[in-house]
Amino acid sequence: MIFALIGNQNCGKTTLFNQLTGSSQHVGNFPGVTVEKKEGTILRHKDASVVDLPGIYSLSPYTAEEVVTRDFLLDGGVDAVINIVDATNIERNLYLTLQLIELQLPMVIALNMMDEVRSAGTYIDIDKLSEALDVPVVPVSASKNEGVSELITVLSDIGKTGKRPRKTDFCEGPVHTAIHSVAHLVEENARKTGVPLRFAATKVVDGDKYMIQRLALNDSQLDIVGHIVDEMESALKTDREAALADMRYDYIEKLCSSFVRKHGDGETKEQKRSAKMDTVLTSKYFGIPIFLGIMFLIFWLTFGVIGTPLSDLLASGIDALSKLCEEAMTSWGVNAAVKSLVINGIFVGVGSVLSFLPIIITLFFFLSILEDSGYMARIAFIMDKLLRKIGLSGRSFVPMLIGFGCSVPAIMSARTLSSTRDRRMTILLVPFMSCSAKLPIYALFTAVFFPDNAPFVMICLYVGGIIMGILSALIFKNTVFRGKPVPFVMELPAYRFPSAKNVILHMWEKAKDFLVKAFTIIFVANIVIWFLQSFDTGFNLVQGQDSMLASIGRFVSVVFRPLGFGDWRAATALITGLSAKETVISTLAILTGSASASQPLLQTVFVSTASVVSFLTFTLLYMPCVASFSAMRREMGKTRYAVYAMCYYTTLAWIVAFIVYRIALLF
Amino acid sequence: MTLDKLKIGSSAIIKSVGGEGALRRRFLDMGLTPKTTVTMFKAAPMGDPVELHLRGYSLTIRLEDAKNIEVVEIKQ
Repeated sequence: MIFALIGNQNCGKTTLFNQLTGSSQHVGNFPGVTVEKKEGTILRHKDASVVDLPGIYSLSPYTAEEVVTRDFLLDGGVDAVINIVDATNIERNLYLTLQLIELQLPMVIALNMMDEVRSAGTYIDIDKLSEALDVPVVPVSASKNEGVSELITVLSDIGKTGKRPRKTDFCEGPVHTAIHSVAHLVEENARKTGVPLRFAATKVVDGDKYMIQRLALNDSQLDIVGHIVDEMESALKTDREAALADMRYDYIEKLCSSFVRKHGDGETKEQKRSAKMDTVLTSKYFGIPIFLGIMFLIFWLTFGVIGTPLSDLLASGIDALSKLCEEAMTSWGVNAAVKSLVINGIFVGVGSVLSFLPIIITLFFFLSILEDSGYMARIAFIMDKLLRKIGLSGRSFVPMLIGFGCSVPAIMSARTLSSTRDRRMTILLVPFMSCSAKLPIYALFTAVFFPDNAPFVMICLYVGGIIMGILSALIFKNTVFRGKPVPFVMELPAYRFPSAKNVILHMWEKAKDFLVKAFTIIFVANIVIWFLQSFDTGFNLVQGQDSMLASIGRFVSVVFRPLGFGDWRAATALITGLSAKETVISTLAILTGSASASQPLLQTVFVSTASVVSFLTFTLLYMPCVASFSAMRREMGKTRYAVYAMCYYTTLAWIVAFIVYRIALLF
Repeated sequence: MTLDKLKIGSSAIIKSVGGEGALRRRFLDMGLTPKTTVTMFKAAPMGDPVELHLRGYSLTIRLEDAKNIEVVEIKQ
């Protein structure tokens, strides 16, 4: 049996999903779109699975999430619907419920956050509500795991009986007349195309083009529909969309006035507390400083206190293991090529994949706290004005900020953005924020070439990246991402304490996602680079300048000649930088024959200050490492997009470095 | 008057919801329908967007978009 879990955003859907399924869940995408699809098996009910659908407010045809939900409900073989409703916000939540009922699928309403409603003194007559809607209503408090087992019992009953809601009429007056007339008109079409009649009729009255097409209405039918709608609109003195929304909210208001008895103003403790917290957290003077402080703290903890030491620990573990293997192989007299493959290929490859893991886990620990607590919505609220100018909304700020640490989790974190357009555009902008792996390159070069102005050059690089990001955003906004951005009409949920279970499951999910899906591509890329670095064109095991990579570097270096760093060693270093940016330094060290891996003899490669500036500019902007590429490919949904992005970055890097070089030569 | 002109702390009743396409639909879906009472609660630190209270919850919208909503202020 397949249950679909549907509800508004911030109604505790993920929490309920986690309570229902425990850890038996896996994440995928709906076919063809980058809308996340989570599936799991209900605890102790092996034959029943739950699909967690995106958090939506309506079944309008305007967003990818809503369309995916509609299609899944119509054609996804769903046996029953679990509609989760936030009882503290019952009016707006029931709006989706009324649309779901029209689908005529067996359905259960999980009335969530009942603990908060009760402690606010509000009384909801659950039996009467259930009777009025002809849908079973189960009170639950997902965060406290109350009512969940009762919900499962009702679910399995509904699954067995397949009882569908009989009542679908929530309207009166002209809307009622219109829906009923259209229903008669399209009855045959709906039956043939397998669309629930009531849903079809409402959508046709609504003017939903997809539904009109799917029902294959003929011209005379369309003509009649036109007349019916005209009549309704002139009777109500409004248009079809407003008429339907109005009809639903009218009905809900009536329901709530009969079955919901509020104590005082009806505000819950959590809502009152939130208003108080927001007098500081989103206040005019403290809002932005507090936000920046929180982000700084997360950054410092992730990349400084927790992530990096953990990564180092992991690295030293791998090193020790690698040494052990090397000794063993030496004592067994293993062939040098095989030994090099194991040590420099496999161990380095695995090491580079694993080195991301501690950072991803720590960062997603903090991010899921920000998300679950309700603060993420406030960040969008605070930062929106700034990002609107480049065609995005406030929510995109967090992924971009994380980009300064590491592009991989930054790209992964863009998944919380609700629109596909915003998500893709944000992902494309992330690499312009100089990641922490580029820092050692900048640090070394500035120390060697600009010892007196190091901080200034460093700031120029970071700011330069941001400026190029803004310019690119403006280009994207007017080209690939033309068209209207998704409207910024966002709920500010009450602050709530994040649940440990949610946070841990989220971390685990991200870590698994990264390991399973990024492993192959990063690992293969490392092996390929190892191979090119270790062999010459005659497949003999060689070192440094005779390798295939060096030959490729010599070949590619022609491209860099106009940029002032035509030395093949610079080109080779940039190529190895694709496996991880910090390797640019170690490659340069090997190729310049330096005694220390961290102190390459840079002066032999770069002849002028202008060529150094040009090289740094190119390093700042050229395509990110393979790990970022693989994250990008996954989150954008198509390999093609990620490849285009890489071409864009590299071309842009070349052009900008060329301009910078020419300008620098003037001084 | 339009909703963007409503002073912070004041309430109003929605007269009509203008605009078009996704934005208008979103307004309606989120409960900004005619006859609904909304309160202008606060503005973001940079003055825009604004936080509204309606139907027992908080909603944030941009001032530019709020221009599409005609309201009648409730005088205290």
